[in-house]
Amino acid sequence: MSNLFDLLVAGLATGAIYALVAVGFTLLWQTSQTINFAQGEFVMLPAFLMLAAMHAGAPFWLAIILGILLSMILLGLGFKMLLVDPMMRHGVLPLAIATMALAIGLKEAVKQFFSAEASPFPSIVPTGDISILGHAISLQSIGVLVVAILAVFGLTALLNRTSLGHQMQAAAQNPTVARIIGVPVERMILLTFLINAFLVALASLLITPIYLAKFSSGEVLGQAAFIAAIVGGFNQVRGAIAGGLLIGVLDNLAASYVSTQYRAAVPLIFLIVVILFRPQGLLGRAEERTV
Amino acid sequence: MKSTILAGALLAFAAATGVHAQAIKLADVAELSGGGATVGTNWKNGIDLAIEEINAKGGVLGRKLEVTHADSQSNPGVARAQVQKALDAEPYVLLGPGYSGSVKVTAPLAAEAGIAQIMGGEAAELTQGGNKFLFRTSFGQQSSMPKVAKYIHDEMKAKTVAVVWVNNDFGRGGRDMVTKELERLGSKVVADLSTEAGQADFAADVGKIKAANPDAVFVYLNEEESARILKELKRQGVTAPLMGETTLIGQKVIELAGDAANGARGHVGLTTDAPVDLIKAFREKFAKKYNYVPDHNGLKGYLAVYMVKATTEKMGKVDPKKFADTLHGLTIKAADEPGILMDVTFSDTGDIDRQSFLVEVVEGKQVVKQVLPKVK
Repeated sequence: MSNLFDLLVAGLATGAIYALVAVGFTLLWQTSQTINFAQGEFVMLPAFLMLAAMHAGAPFWLAIILGILLSMILLGLGFKMLLVDPMMRHGVLPLAIATMALAIGLKEAVKQFFSAEASPFPSIVPTGDISILGHAISLQSIGVLVVAILAVFGLTALLNRTSLGHQMQAAAQNPTVARIIGVPVERMILLTFLINAFLVALASLLITPIYLAKFSSGEVLGQAAFIAAIVGGFNQVRGAIAGGLLIGVLDNLAASYVSTQYRAAVPLIFLIVVILFRPQGLLGRAEERTV
Repeated sequence: MKSTILAGALLAFAAATGVHAQAIKLADVAELSGGGATVGTNWKNGIDLAIEEINAKGGVLGRKLEVTHADSQSNPGVARAQVQKALDAEPYVLLGPGYSGSVKVTAPLAAEAGIAQIMGGEAAELTQGGNKFLFRTSFGQQSSMPKVAKYIHDEMKAKTVAVVWVNNDFGRGGRDMVTKELERLGSKVVADLSTEAGQADFAADVGKIKAANPDAVFVYLNEEESARILKELKRQGVTAPLMGETTLIGQKVIELAGDAANGARGHVGLTTDAPVDLIKAFREKFAKKYNYVPDHNGLKGYLAVYMVKATTEKMGKVDPKKFADTLHGLTIKAADEPGILMDVTFSDTGDIDRQSFLVEVVEGKQVVKQVLPKVK
């Protein structure tokens, strides 16, 4: 059982990262009907921006700030203005395909300009263990979990308890009515893109010390977060959070109690089961379509 | 008549000078991207360094060496296509790939073309199938794993061992060999864990190791995954001694794993920290050219080219069809060909025999603890 406790903590820590990334999927979908298949690469890039800043001589804390700011400019503002806005008029499918192309472009660019090899990345959380209920739990797991949970709580507080958040929700739920009542819908949508960029930069900061900085590291993460978002409910932030944590824990338990060989298949099987019995996701709401 | 003789003489001269100036073409297919990018990049850089050196000294039999590099993307399917493309250009010798799985699917192509393939794969089975055109630059697992198992049993005094391996041809071959040897020596394998290439999260695997509570852990993964599992082993506080092969204690692994690599031990056929003057000189040249210290793959790529040089000079001519025959059974002495770095003998199966080393990572550096002699 002691092993189970350790697995749960490690799974929740990984799942919290998936949740951060999955929340981005749902935010973009709700406000702008954008499925960003480059979301995994969005997590990969900030680590390299931070590494570039460090190579240029910036201390780690400054590199983090620069990395997050640059991510928000490139992956928030730039993504919206240069790709989503021009492609949106052609519909959701061409936009989704464009984000797939963006994913390839980002990977190749990082490979070209940095390296195809993995690079080490410093951790904001010190190494070592603390004792919880008689279990030695690594500070890194705790740190990742705490930071991710704080970020998610901060986001939900922003969405549910502030005027800005209410405007964002109004813009997401019914842009036409929101415009009539004076909500700056375009600005709210932009804000969503910036929040997504902030979340992926944060995820990058937390996960890269464990996964290492590599041009291809977004592939697994993007796929896991996408599954998490669908499992939880693509149109609900809380669904994405639950889906992320669930997939993280499930992955660890499957690797430990089923087989490490088939661990990659377990979340996919889970996804199929959820889609079969609850297509809107575990916490998602069914969307009606008028014809 | 005069004009015919003159034309003939001119043609002969042109042909002679043309042949003289014609470069010897080598084709390299390596893991330049994907999971094996560290392997392929080091291998490629080693090749380029050797070719630069040889050409600067006048080439091989007066002819320059030329190489084309192709990226296998660490994918056996892509490797096969790239090797086929490379062979279509009729190279003198094929270099690479580094991954056993890629070697396995490309070796029949090179053998069919009658072109020698000098590669980096370590899976035992590669040279056991009777392929007369395949040559190693490093030990096969049939040579290294008995040494590893003996060390775990005799030196580490481990009665129980956890074996973690990557689920591909390379990992499976090593796992099969070391498990067999450990059991023969009397050490019990209490955890047998397969992992996936490119796996990022090793929390569950390390959890299983902790639960098995072994006296030693044998880790046999690719470089990046080795670094990740070392970090996770440290994170979860596993204190059992760690033993591996070259990929556990390589320079890139140490760089990626940081402190977590300290204490890890491994048997290595090649290391840039070997107490061998020629290897030290190679390390300096490589680091000066590329700005980093290479891992064993840099040495392997470098050696591969010098194997081409020594064999060709032994033949006294550039003959791709006779190349493999000449290299079988050949002993190349470092005193005669310094580029080969250590005295080396190639068996009839293309396997290699030379000194090897037992290494421990101490404060972020490889420290050679023992030098093991040639088998024969």
